[in-house]
Amino acid sequence: MSPSLEPLTILIAEDSAADRMLLSSIVRRQGHNVLTAANGAEAVETFRQQRPHLVLMDAMMPVMDGFEAARQIKLLAGETLVPIIFLTSLTESEALARCLEAGGDDFLAKPYNPVILAAKIKAMDRLRRLQATVLQQRDLIARHHDYLLNEQRVAKAVFDKVAHSGCLNAPNIRYLQSPYALFNGDLLLAAFTPAGDMHVLLGDFTGHGLPAAVGAMPLAEVFYGMTAKGYGLSETLREMNAKLKRILPVDMFCCATLLCLSFQRRSVEVWNGGMPDGYLHTIATGERKPLTARHLPLGVLSPQTFNDRTEVFPMALGDRVFLLSDGVIDTCDGNEQLFGVDRLQRVFAANRQPDALFGEIGQALRDFGGEARDDVSMVEVSLLEATQLTPPALVYSDSGQSCPLDWSVNFEFRAETLKRFNPLPYLLQLLLEVHGLRAQSGALYSVLAELYSNALEHGVLGLDSSLKRDALGFARYYQQRNDRLEALQDGYVRVHLQVAPQGKGGCLVVRVEDSGKGFDVARVLERPLDGVRLSGRGVSLVRQLGRNASWSDEGRSARVEFFWEALA
Amino acid sequence: MADTHLDQNVLSALQEVMEDEYPELLDTFIRDSEERLHLLQNSADAMQLMEAAHSFKGSSSNMGAVRLAELCHELEQRAKQKSPTGIEKLVGEIDGEFAIVRPLYEAEKQRSLSE
Repeated sequence: MSPSLEPLTILIAEDSAADRMLLSSIVRRQGHNVLTAANGAEAVETFRQQRPHLVLMDAMMPVMDGFEAARQIKLLAGETLVPIIFLTSLTESEALARCLEAGGDDFLAKPYNPVILAAKIKAMDRLRRLQATVLQQRDLIARHHDYLLNEQRVAKAVFDKVAHSGCLNAPNIRYLQSPYALFNGDLLLAAFTPAGDMHVLLGDFTGHGLPAAVGAMPLAEVFYGMTAKGYGLSETLREMNAKLKRILPVDMFCCATLLCLSFQRRSVEVWNGGMPDGYLHTIATGERKPLTARHLPLGVLSPQTFNDRTEVFPMALGDRVFLLSDGVIDTCDGNEQLFGVDRLQRVFAANRQPDALFGEIGQALRDFGGEARDDVSMVEVSLLEATQLTPPALVYSDSGQSCPLDWSVNFEFRAETLKRFNPLPYLLQLLLEVHGLRAQSGALYSVLAELYSNALEHGVLGLDSSLKRDALGFARYYQQRNDRLEALQDGYVRVHLQVAPQGKGGCLVVRVEDSGKGFDVARVLERPLDGVRLSGRGVSLVRQLGRNASWSDEGRSARVEFFWEALA
Repeated sequence: MADTHLDQNVLSALQEVMEDEYPELLDTFIRDSEERLHLLQNSADAMQLMEAAHSFKGSSSNMGAVRLAELCHELEQRAKQKSPTGIEKLVGEIDGEFAIVRPLYEAEKQRSLSE
């Protein structure tokens, strides 16, 4: 008989002295340590004090019988498996059943057979170790789980700080997202540009859990950083794509739809890379125009091959853009059927109260029989009057001691630069070094953006703004803009900025010139200031937001002034 | 004669297991058995009688006292019946059987000590 590898401590509870002695010898010779008890009560007490690994228990003993002792020992052992082998010459099945009911794991009949006893001890020891391993692994899993949850809590807290620095609580945004959507890779961001436009991003990273969430942080940083500095969708997209391409492994990327909602121009600019169709809901006609994915997700293509081309659509007050993650249309019913786009559109068709849409979609998903998924994200952004929204005041951290007050600068941006570079964020940052201008940064940015895009689009590219009279022409206009910009060979836009002190305040003169054909200034200026046409909004915007706006050189040169008083 | 009372195979197995403690095991069994006999003769009720017979059966079978174990088994069965009969006669037989095996165990002890 080979002793088992690790000696066990075995309690022998047996009232017959000869049997006890014999069994002790057998067990000891098999290499184990032996504890003995002459009755049930002694057995329980010995177990309590010395915690043996295994118990050999006679059924019939004085003081306390083996059945009761087994029950008490099992209770004391708790989750740990302490195998109890009943020693018995009992043969009736009823008596054997009693042994099992009391918690016995096996029987050993008298007369004892050392070979069978050794085999049983070995088998019970295997069982005991198995149970110990299961418990150990269960505890380990529980610890890992707690650890993971805690990590997610921390990650979410950090991420919320970043994500919520935006304007998801603006009155024109409604959204629905599981609080832990981040760990399904869903990402929803919104922020105002310096001009008061709103950028919105709904993204969906591949994968689940922390790996899906890690890309969200750099993406959000780029989104907020560049939006706040006045970059447009194209530059922001290029930067986000390049960053994700650089940091993410090959099999990870981010489907995303990015919107720029312009309240002043009443339009929405869209880029959809790999997300389900979004919808532009025109309230007046009831039409829901799909905003279809035209690009690969972010983080797939190299910066050289990435396509940042956007589409622009006109919007009227109250019109809405609806975006959703694939969790909505990929929700499954009991038969693995997908909810699908058709069912979504039926919900759209049945919708009477635009504000109830989210609830109705949620209800439809529940009725469909799909289990509630936590990667269902929806967002709806509506176009309000610009005055109904209050972009947060920008926070500056410098002291103001080094504020430049008397300077001028000239830029000339030529064809190759106009194609790929947006100078507005740089110009704005430069101007916002002047503390007196900070209070009107929104107006300043809007006017600069308007003058620059007029010079580029109507001047250098020779686009006809009357195209933008209706929705179809609107789309064609932006199509042509992209085409002509790509093909651009020569031309320029010049920007002249001049800052001068004036009393205790100061004055900024902005002049923007272009190499284009100019326009009939007198005719455009005749139009009333508050026209809500799709075309020609730019000029009236400049006249409303800036002071002393004027055009010369047949419209090729625009000039506008900004003033500020002494700072408090 | 001895083989109907003691199983020699069991005895040699016991000696192999117990080694030096073999004589002590035989002593312990003899002492133990005297106690159990006393219990059998003075049982207050059928239950006590049955338990005592059961225990005695177990240790007798372990020690190779084949006939003694058989008699104890019979007593245990009979004590379970509703109106047990012939108990005294059986207890007398067990007493007689023990009187036979006791000197056999003592002889076995002497034999092992002289080895």
